Amino acid sequence: MSSFRRRIQRILELYKFNSFENLLQKLSLGNQEFFHEFLSEITVNVTEMFRDPTFWIELREKILPELFSLNTNISIWHAGCSSGEEVVSMAIVLREMGMLDRARIVATDIDSAILKKAREASYSMKNMELNTKNYETAKGTQELSQYFEEKAGRALMDKTLIKDVMFREHNLVSGSAFSKFDLVLCRNVMIYFNQSLQNQVLKVFHESLFKNSYLAVGSKESLIWCEIANKFAVVNNEEKIYKKIKD
Amino acid sequence: MRFFKIEQDYKAIVIGGSAGSFQVISKILGQLPGDFETPILMCLHRLRHVRHGFVEALNIKSSISIQEPYDKEPIRKGKFYLAPANYHLNVELGNTFALSTEELVNNSRPAIDLMFQSAAYAFRQRLVGILLSGANRDGAQGMKAIHEKGGLTVVQDPSDCLIDTMPSAALNITPIDHVLNVDDIIDFLLSLDRKVKQNRI
Repeated sequence: MSSFRRRIQRILELYKFNSFENLLQKLSLGNQEFFHEFLSEITVNVTEMFRDPTFWIELREKILPELFSLNTNISIWHAGCSSGEEVVSMAIVLREMGMLDRARIVATDIDSAILKKAREASYSMKNMELNTKNYETAKGTQELSQYFEEKAGRALMDKTLIKDVMFREHNLVSGSAFSKFDLVLCRNVMIYFNQSLQNQVLKVFHESLFKNSYLAVGSKESLIWCEIANKFAVVNNEEKIYKKIKD
Repeated sequence: MRFFKIEQDYKAIVIGGSAGSFQVISKILGQLPGDFETPILMCLHRLRHVRHGFVEALNIKSSISIQEPYDKEPIRKGKFYLAPANYHLNVELGNTFALSTEELVNNSRPAIDLMFQSAAYAFRQRLVGILLSGANRDGAQGMKAIHEKGGLTVVQDPSDCLIDTMPSAALNITPIDHVLNVDDIIDFLLSLDRKVKQNRI
């Protein structure tokens, strides 16, 4: 709620609303354009490539090899993909494993404007120093610079990485399961939800996962306060990787 | 030893620090009794991409084991908490933590201002804010928020600080109840703990 309050406050200042009621009133008029702007402002879209490098090492060395040893093709869902840094990171890992063709990747977000950015996969060069450092710590086998072209202060990512990624609008809170996955990543998204929303979203993930498949959340998120936590087992507590063990 | 008259029952103590605060906080934590009751919530500037080592280093001296809380973790009596690397730590109504990955504030994540402001909103007058040595202005707005909600504000005496930018920035923008050196901060916390224990009897 503190984060939500801050973002509401920011919108009030940005659009010069005198009160929260004025904002509500404007929202209730049903102006789609304003609603989308509101959505972009209210959601947090701060992310980086290979955030928590040790998580990516675990994926590369354990989780993905296991999934590919059991299945010819695997499906991955990035839930709340924001501007797509995590999707690009995943595609790079898969390509370096020689498995990119064998993965079906779906990336969703509530905000259509940020999905557009994710599809463009163009990032400020300012962020690339950190991204490169993360990539190296995450045991990338190449140079990150091989995957992008620098142009006017932007890093234009190699589009072939994400050419088969399905980007689509999806609301985690009101939306339902739409497919089954071997791996769901939802890192640092549910921290913006209260406990009852978290319970609800975890049910959607539970429904979206095959039995014995994986759910990854942020390093300081925990499922233990969620209602259906007992349907998951901790695979790696440090990197917050869970396995669905019960239907 | 200095005695402080404590007027309020406090639900939590928030401590912020940056450059030059590690030794100070380490000393404070080492002097508090193992049954210190009021939860202490710390936000100390740290490397954003180093998840490990900091809490372990603080724990060497601390009489109570410090934890980096998870999102939605309840705040408990008798516990010490440290804001984890690369997250903002917020206090929520209903005595829980919430983490966020929002933009850097004052070039920091975790930012002291965000933690102090959220704690001030949740605990109002029943909060103590302590701001230690540091080289930027993070925490000053947070101290102002604590004061405005009726909480108690304490800064490390600038002359006692390795780098006094942080407490000085707070002193410049908001009334501060106590300006104390490290030993007095420890005595203040011990007085506060005695009050808590007396009230229980």
